[in-house]
Amino acid sequence: MRAGAARSRAVWAAGLLLLALPPFVGVPQYFMHIGVLVLIWAFVYTAWAMMGRFGLVSLGHGAFMGIGAYTVALLWNFFGITPWLGIPAGVVLAVLLAMAVGYPCFRFRIVGHYFALVTLALGEIVRLTIVALRDHTGGSLGLTPTRYGEGTSLYAFQFADKEVFYGIALILWLTGIVVWRLVDRGMARYALVALGEDEAAAASLGIHVTAQKLRITALSAALTALGGGIYTQYLVYVNPNTVAGVAVSLQIVFAAIAGGMFTAFGPTVGALITIILAEGLRIAFGAEIIGLDTTIYGLLLILFIIFLPKGILGGLLDLWARRGAGGSPGPTPRQAQAKPAG
Amino acid sequence: MGIFDIFLLEAVINGLLLGGVLALLALGLNLVFGVIDVVWICYAELVMAGMYGIYWIHVVWGLPLVLACAIAMVGVAGLGFLVHYLVISPILGSAPINQLLATGGLLFFLQSFATLVFGNDFRNIGLRLPVIEVADMYISFARLLAFGAALAGMIVLYLFLSRTFMGAAIRAVAQDREIMAIMGVNTKKVYLITSAIGGGLAGLAAALLVLQYDVHPAVGLSFGPITFMICVLGGLGNLLGGFVAAFIMSQFITVGGFYFDLEWGYVLAFVFFIMMMIWRPQGILARRR
Repeated sequence: MRAGAARSRAVWAAGLLLLALPPFVGVPQYFMHIGVLVLIWAFVYTAWAMMGRFGLVSLGHGAFMGIGAYTVALLWNFFGITPWLGIPAGVVLAVLLAMAVGYPCFRFRIVGHYFALVTLALGEIVRLTIVALRDHTGGSLGLTPTRYGEGTSLYAFQFADKEVFYGIALILWLTGIVVWRLVDRGMARYALVALGEDEAAAASLGIHVTAQKLRITALSAALTALGGGIYTQYLVYVNPNTVAGVAVSLQIVFAAIAGGMFTAFGPTVGALITIILAEGLRIAFGAEIIGLDTTIYGLLLILFIIFLPKGILGGLLDLWARRGAGGSPGPTPRQAQAKPAG
Repeated sequence: MGIFDIFLLEAVINGLLLGGVLALLALGLNLVFGVIDVVWICYAELVMAGMYGIYWIHVVWGLPLVLACAIAMVGVAGLGFLVHYLVISPILGSAPINQLLATGGLLFFLQSFATLVFGNDFRNIGLRLPVIEVADMYISFARLLAFGAALAGMIVLYLFLSRTFMGAAIRAVAQDREIMAIMGVNTKKVYLITSAIGGGLAGLAAALLVLQYDVHPAVGLSFGPITFMICVLGGLGNLLGGFVAAFIMSQFITVGGFYFDLEWGYVLAFVFFIMMMIWRPQGILARRR
C-alpha cells in the first residue's frame, strides 16, 4: 500500500512538472494560447461538475461566470479598482446570487429538470441585464478593460506574455482539482451522494438537505466566477454572449458531461477534447467550414449520454477497473437516480 | 402618462398577439412534456429546422409558400418522430435529466448543422405582410395570423385529444404510463405519435415565425428559453395553463419593453418565472392536491 502511495505521488509530481514545462521551452505562442484556454475552461467545467455530479444539474452557470467576468472589468474601468479586489468582489456577488436563488429552490425541493429550467432562466437574466446596461457594459459589443501602462502590470493583473498567463491558469486549474479532492475526502461528500440519490431518504437520516446543497452550490458558483474573472484578464475583452447566457451555460454542461463529470479529471478531458476538436478541424478544413466541429460534437454528445453516461474519462476508468478487478462496477450514480415515474 | 395611453394600449395588444406566437410555440413542447415527461431542450431548434425548410423550399425550389409550409410541417413532424425513436426511446428509463441532456446534444447538432449548411447569415423569405392601422395603433398582420393559428391549433389539438380514440390513449398515458402499458395500450406507439404531433406543431410555429422573423442558426436560442419557462409556468403538460402563461409572459415582455428596454422586459419575465417557480411550482392553473 505504501509503495502504491509513493508511486502515485511520483506520478503526480512527474505530471505536474510536465505541465509546468511549456513556458520554459519556447512553445509557439499559438499552442501557449490553446494551453491557457484549455486550463481556464477546464477549471470552469470542473467547478460546474462539483455540483453537477450530485444531481444538481445547473443550466445557468453562465450567470456566475458572467458576473465574475463583468464585475472585474466594470470595477476596473469605472472605479480603477484593481482586479486583485475586483475578482474577489465578483466571486462574492456570484455566491450571493447563488444563495438567493438556491435557497428557495432547495428549500421547496425544486429538483431535476425544474431546477435545470430555473437556472436556465437565471443565466438568461444575467446576460440580458448585461446587454440592457449597454451604457456601461457596451451591450452585445462587449467590453475591453482599459490597458494599464505597457500592458504588463501586476497591479492591473494584465500580462502581455502568454507564458505568465499559462502559469496563472495552471495554478487556477490545480486549485480546482485540489478543491475537488477536498470535497471528495470530506464528510459532506457522503451526504451529497446520498441526497443526490434520494432526497427524502437522505433527509430522514438527518442530513440537512438544504444546507448541504447550498454549500456545494455556493462553492461551485464561487469557482465559476473566479474562472470568469481570470478569463477576462487573459483575453482583455468580455462579451455577454461568450461568458453569460444560455449558450455558454450549455457549453459548460456538455463539455463536463462529455469528459465525465464523476471523476476529478473528467471535465478537464472535456475541455481538451472540445477545444482540440474545434482547433484541429479549423486547421484541417480552414475557417470557411464553420460549424463542423460542433456538428460532430453534438452527435458525440448524444451518443455519450445514451451509451457512455459517465463520459469519456469515466467510461475509460470503468473499463480499466473492470479489466483489473474482473468484477462489474456498481450502477452509475445517474442510473441509480432513475426512479419510476409516477 | 395616463392609463389609457394609446401607446401603452398598443403595447398591450401587441403583447396579446406575441402571446399567440408564444402559445403556439409552447403547445407542442407542452404536449411532449405532458405525455412522455421529457424536456425537449432542442424544441426551438426543431422550429428553426422548419424555418430553414420553408426558406429552402420556397426561395430555392420556388414552390408556393403555403405548399412549402405544409411540406415543412410534415418534415418537422418526421423529425419529431426521429427525435423520440433515435434519442429518447433508448434512454426512456433513465433519469429525466439525462433525456434533457441528450436532446441538448441534439440542440448543438441541429444548430451547427444549420451553420454548416446555411452559414451564419440572416435569411428571410422576402415577404413582408402589411401592418394594420387601427385607431392610430399599428398591429402586425403576421402576429394576428399567428394568434389565430395558435387558437386554431389549440382547438384542433383539444378536439383530437378529447374526441378520438388515439387522443384518449394519449391522455391516459399522460396520466399513468405504467398502468396503461399493463392495460394493453401500446405506449411505444403512443409516444411516437405524440412526438410526431409535437414536431408537427413545431413545424406550424415555424411557418408562422418565418413570416415575421429572419432565420439564422442561433434563432432557436433567442426564443427557446422563454418557451420552456412558459411550459413550466403553466404547469408541465397543462395545455391550457401553457396558453395562459404565454399571455402573461408576453405582457411582461411588451409592457416591460414599453416602459424600459426590450431586454428589461425579458429580465422581468424571467424574474417573474423564478418567483412563480418557487411560489407555485405546480404551475399557475394546477388544481390543488
